[in-house]
Formats: sequence, structure tokens, C-alpha cells
Amino acid sequence: MSHFILKRIFSALVGLLGVISLVFFLIHMIPGDPIDVMLGESALTADRESLRQGLGLHLPLYEQWWNYMTALAHADFGQSLFSGRPILDLLLERMPATLHLSITAVAIAIIIALPLGLLAATRQHSIYDYGSMGFALFGMSIPNFWMGPLLILVGALWLGWFPVSGRQGWNAVILPALTLGTAMAAILARMIRSSLLETLGEDFLRTARAKGLSSIHTIVIHALPNALLPVLTLLGLQLGGLLGGAVITETVFAWPGLGLLMIEAIQQRDYPVVQAAVLCISMTYIVVNLLTDLLYAWLDPRINWQNP
Amino acid sequence: MMRLWVPLGILLTWGIMAIGSHILPLTPNTIDLTHILIGPNQNSWLGFDELGRSIADRLITGASTSFFVALSVVALGILIGGTLGIASGYFSEWVDQIFVRIVDIMLAFPGLLLAIALAGALGPGIENVVFALVIVGWVGYARLARGQVLALKHADHVIAAQAMGASPWRIMSKHLFPLITAPLIIEVSFGIAGAIIAEAGLSFLGLGVQPPEASWGSMIRDGTRYMLVAPHLVLIPGLTLMVVVLAANLLGDWLRDWLDVKEPKMRK
Repeated sequence: MSHFILKRIFSALVGLLGVISLVFFLIHMIPGDPIDVMLGESALTADRESLRQGLGLHLPLYEQWWNYMTALAHADFGQSLFSGRPILDLLLERMPATLHLSITAVAIAIIIALPLGLLAATRQHSIYDYGSMGFALFGMSIPNFWMGPLLILVGALWLGWFPVSGRQGWNAVILPALTLGTAMAAILARMIRSSLLETLGEDFLRTARAKGLSSIHTIVIHALPNALLPVLTLLGLQLGGLLGGAVITETVFAWPGLGLLMIEAIQQRDYPVVQAAVLCISMTYIVVNLLTDLLYAWLDPRINWQNP
Repeated sequence: MMRLWVPLGILLTWGIMAIGSHILPLTPNTIDLTHILIGPNQNSWLGFDELGRSIADRLITGASTSFFVALSVVALGILIGGTLGIASGYFSEWVDQIFVRIVDIMLAFPGLLLAIALAGALGPGIENVVFALVIVGWVGYARLARGQVLALKHADHVIAAQAMGASPWRIMSKHLFPLITAPLIIEVSFGIAGAIIAEAGLSFLGLGVQPPEASWGSMIRDGTRYMLVAPHLVLIPGLTLMVVVLAANLLGDWLRDWLDVKEPKMRK
């Protein structure tokens, strides 16, 4: 098992290295001079050159890349061009809000998707099935930058139950998490349904029913744990979509997380911060997928450790 | 049959709106301060926005934006991803190894996140939106094409073609590509849905088309400020967007069921 874990961690590290390099090169290949952004186009040539030297931007690209990687290895993300603060501080400041939002959204998604998927699979071709799957299709098609404003209109402006935006008060997280969680709930519900339908056709479930177990007992104890295994992998992968969507949702609700930090940095053309925010979110995604894989392997003893 | 014709009809309307926006005498950018925030009424079905511009006209122009972006993104994605995927699956060995590594790295990103960062760094503009979405989107088609080709390349007709001395290019274009079109078509349908949402999302963030040009995403963003007094500014473009995306998703679902007739579960 340790062999498998090491192998998986190694491939996650390779992925991380690739992600960092890709972002670095893409940002540097983009036309436009960061010096112009910082000093304005009317700055003196001497000033521009000294700043360029100071930031190491006169070096060839591969040397800049190496310097960036060594700095990252020391947890040094550089400084914000806009505020001059160390980027690491900015990231640490914003990270808890994004985690708070994402975890609540995942929880909401599971709370919505589990009953829907269960109902749809156990009553296949019934009105419950069509209803749940219709909801799922809606959830997949409703963009979060529309759902967010709608929820604000109803929940905050008309009913006044929740704050319009920001992160003040315990209930501020509900609307953004609902916005973010709905799309995930839709995909999860579909997955739970198809996975459960497949499991319900297995021999061991016929046996369970034949020995007289109640249908609730068969489904909850025998079918569900088996059906949820493939769902777990999907949950990890879907988190990527969730983290991407969090950028938009955080903007809608002025939620002070990494996504909003990234959008603010884009508006201020603060590229080192954009780069760091993308890295930070991608790293979270890679780590979560690594953990999902490990959890999956631990939960399913049938997985061959030598050659999974 | 409803499952096919309703989505198809909606998508056709979308296309006609997009083409019509270049023919019809629309005035999406004409400001008329006497009409500010007027809701839907008998004279204008969809009302006016915060600058007194006709929402119907802007909606049709916005259809053109999303149509252009969705079509370009999907076409370029298929072209780049499909070609690379087929070639990688067919040649295997080191070409494939490198390819798989690249795809793995691309998939290690939350896609939308990379598109937002790229579009943000490139600056606003519709070409940049297309570029950013293609960079993110080609991977899906490539992975799909590669998987299909891997399963097919030892099929009898491919071996026969090789024995007759057909060039790799001929085999890939004449003997492999036609067989993988079915799954690609399904992917295209979902890809269109994704591209419409992504374009509107980028425009919502201010990274897409620039004012005063209309996009459904930027209409929603501008409308949120007047939500309490004039909810139609947000409701109308959002509803349109959702209906078109829903249609593309439904069409994808239908295609998947229809093209997958060989699946044993369906025969039962």
C-alpha cells in the first residue's frame, strides 16, 4: 500500500510542477510589459531599466522560470505589484473564506443529491425519477452568475433572511454555497442514480432480498456503500469545477476569498497575484484529488495495490 | 420525438437570432433616456435597460456573441484536440507518452479558472475569450479521440489498410476518424452548452466583450445593480441563456441515448 501511496504522491507532484510551469509560461508569453503597468508608459527609460533589473525581468525566460521555482520552493510567492505586500500573506488571508464556502457548498450538494439520486434509482421511471432528473438537468444548465443574483433577489432583498453580500454573520454563507452547490448537486444526483441502478442489478442484492431483508435495509446497508464508491471519484473531480465556479460566485456575493482576490488582481493587472491565486486554487484541487484517490483505495479493498 | 425537436428548435432559433442580428435593423446601442428601466409592456415585449436601450435588440445581438464564441471554440477544439488525440492514439509510444503527460497537466487545472486567468491576462475582447476557451477546451476532445482510437486501431479493417500500404494519414482520416464521430458529436453538444456558459461567465466578470457591445453575461452583470427596481434586466437574459444551455444539454442527452443503441441495457 505504501508503494501505491508514494506513486500517487509522486504523480501529483509532477502534475503540480507542470501546472506551475504552464501558468508561468502562459503569463509570460502574453504580450504587454509589466513594467508599463507598474510605472505607466510615460516613465523614464532609466527608471524602467532599473526596475527591470530589480525584478529580474531582463534575464532569459528559463532563468526567470528557475528563479521563480526556487522562490516558490521557499514559499516565497513574491510581492503584489499593487499593494507591495507579500503575496503569501494575501493568500493566507483569503484562503479560509474560500475553504469555508467550498466545504459548505459540497455539504449542500451532498444533502440535495443523495435523496434525489436514491429516490430516482429506487423508483425508476416513476414521477420521482423524472422529477429528480429534471431538476438535475436544470441544475446543470443554470449558470451560477444568474442563480446568484436570483437568490439575492429572493432571499436577501424580498425575504430579507440573508445578507446581500460579504461574510458577516453565520448565515452569509448560505446563499453563495447554495449557488455553488446546485450545479454539483445536479451532476452528483445523476451519478448516484446511475451508479445505484447498476448496483441494484447485482447478484448479491438479489440474495439480500431473497433472504428476506427489508428493502430499506438492502438499499442502505448493501447497495449504497457499493454505489457510492464511483461517486467519490466524481466528487473529487467535480471539486475542480466548483473551485473554478467559486471565482464567479465570490464575485457575485463579494465573498472575500481567493477567487475574488484573483478578479481584483486581474482588474489591477497585478499579474504575480493572479499567478499565485491560480496556483493556490490548482494546488488545492490536486491535493483534494490525491486524497480522494487514497480514500478510494482505502475504502475499496478490491483495488490491487501493486498495479491500481 | 419531443426530446429531439424541442431542443433542436431552440438551438435553431438561437442560430437564426445570431445571423439575424447582422441583417435586421437593430439598435442595441441606442441610448434613449426617456425609456430608462421601463419593464415589458405592450409596445415593447421585453422592455428597456438602465440606459433606455431596447432589451430585445440587445438580446439578439448577445445571441450573436454567444453563437460566434460557442461555434469557434467547439470547432477549434475539435480540430486541435481531435487531430492530436487521433495521432497520439495511433502512433503510441513516445508521442503518446508526451501527449498523456500534457493532458494530465491540463486536467489538473480547474478549467474555468485557467480560462478566467488567461482571459484576464490577455485583456478583454472576444478573440481573447475564444483563445482562452480553446486552450482549456481542446483537452476533452483530445482525450476522447485518443481513447476511441486506442480501442479501434487493432480492428481488422485498420490492419487490412496497413497491409495494403495506406499511409498513416490516410488511415487516420479515412479509417479511424469516421468511426469516432459519434462520441465526438455528443461531446460537441455538451461542449456548446459549456462554451455558452463560459462566454457569458467571462463577460459577466468583465473579461469578455466590451461595452457597449452586448453579451448575455454582461447584460446580467449590468442588470444586477437595478435588480430591486427592474428585475427584468436580470431575468430576461438569464432565462434566455438557461433555455439555450438546457437545449444543448438535452440534445446531448438525446444523442447519447440515440447513438448508443448497441448498449445491452437499452435492449432489455
